Amino acid sequence: MTIAAPGSLVEAARLIERREVSPVELTRACLDRIAAENDALRAFITVMTDRALADAARAEKDIARGRYLGPLHGMPVSVKDLVDIAGTPTTSGSAVPPRHPQHDAPVVSRLRAAGAVIVGKTNLHEFAYGTTSDETAFGAVRNPHDRSRSAGGSSAGAAVAVVERMCYASVGTDTGGSIRIPSAACGITGLKPTHGEISADGVVPLSATFDHVGPMARTVTDTALMFQAMLDAEANLSRVPAADGPFWLGIPTAYFFDKLDEDVARLFADAKARLEGAGHSISEVTIAHVERTPDVYLHVMLPEASWYHEPLLRDHAEKYSRGVRLRLEMGRAVTAEDYVRAIHARSVLVRAVDRALEGIDALVLPALAVAAPPLGASTVEIGGRSEPVRAMMLRLTQLFNVTGHPAIAIPCGTGHDGLPRSLQLVGHRGGTERLLALASAVEAQITGGPGSVGGGAG
Amino acid sequence: MRRDIAAWLAAAIADAESRGLPELKPLLETLARSTEALRDADEEFGHPALSHGDEAPGGATTP
Repeated sequence: MTIAAPGSLVEAARLIERREVSPVELTRACLDRIAAENDALRAFITVMTDRALADAARAEKDIARGRYLGPLHGMPVSVKDLVDIAGTPTTSGSAVPPRHPQHDAPVVSRLRAAGAVIVGKTNLHEFAYGTTSDETAFGAVRNPHDRSRSAGGSSAGAAVAVVERMCYASVGTDTGGSIRIPSAACGITGLKPTHGEISADGVVPLSATFDHVGPMARTVTDTALMFQAMLDAEANLSRVPAADGPFWLGIPTAYFFDKLDEDVARLFADAKARLEGAGHSISEVTIAHVERTPDVYLHVMLPEASWYHEPLLRDHAEKYSRGVRLRLEMGRAVTAEDYVRAIHARSVLVRAVDRALEGIDALVLPALAVAAPPLGASTVEIGGRSEPVRAMMLRLTQLFNVTGHPAIAIPCGTGHDGLPRSLQLVGHRGGTERLLALASAVEAQITGGPGSVGGGAG
Repeated sequence: MRRDIAAWLAAAIADAESRGLPELKPLLETLARSTEALRDADEEFGHPALSHGDEAPGGATTP
């Protein structure tokens, strides 16, 4: 059966609550989208058709009996295949033998308790160790806006699934930008909460010091509802915080604005003008030591990733993608002394971002310095210079993994190439809900309303 | 390049080549440059053996 799919999770939730759309219909519509497009886009690794339809039927019955749990009840969602779901292999996008979990990760348990219907597990850059999702044992993930381009990474399948209406929201993970980068590349909203806020138990680690779990969806409100459910299984529209601006925003110009493509710079300037026009105060701020970010990041992330993978490399080295294997081998060369040096520097960067946020509500900056790069590209051109893709993809996001501050990517327009661009808001540590409130207001002011950018590429 | 890092890099490249991973060389060279930059920033980051104990690093910031 084909239904007119609602545009957002909130719209779908209202229809389900009023019993104008059934969870089974909605789930079938998503499964149909997956069947139609997944061979080309490679968004999903595992499609859980039978389980999803059974869960949707149960939700439908419960709602009919008056046991409505909230906006996630009967809602089709997806989970990055780095996160354990009992009875389903966790492949991590790799040919290395998968985990076979007996238990759901806590974040999955909470989504199930909120009534969500998990339609499947999404594709990713192998072991989340990359930003382009073309190194995966399950086929390169393709960008719905231009299939010759990367969908970002590592949570690329999650972003594509949302854009393509294969689900209404996704669970992603973010160690250097892996929620915000694909969200920006595909034109959706992606939240990296404060570090540790959502449990990373039952999630294959990349770098425990920097790993975050968070939601991806079409709008800020949809993202906020997913965040609530992932946090404590209690999603409720009345809990979505309202904005009470005007806001004080800070633009960290140094470093972050040194290397941007022209459309990113132009659309960010447009967004800034709209925000100022709406009465918000925006001033420049500086973050001390910010230019050291990649060095600090590298000396923590590399050895932590290598530590986890050392036993797997011993037995399965040839099964890794070449690039991922080389990065893991590189991490083994970092000395313990330099790891401790970087951990110390991290604490300094945490305070530096705290200080930059003193007296303001949030930082605002682009989320991704470039448009989604062509699949397989190792360099991109910025200002007539050739720059490494990996460094450019991580440049604007990785600091906030180092410091743990919450950050959200929101679409801010489309470039001349037809590809989405995105801005990023960064809030106070522990202030994720406040950040979401602010993001909701910003979304309305720069896009004319939720979901007006980056929607339906297919 | 600092002598300690150059020696470390030479050893790491030799190890990679002995294990049949010559493609690791440019990555290790990138890592070595990054390691040098991080070590050079010890004072900037307030390494406890170098700090004078009179100021917390972290920098200031809103103009």
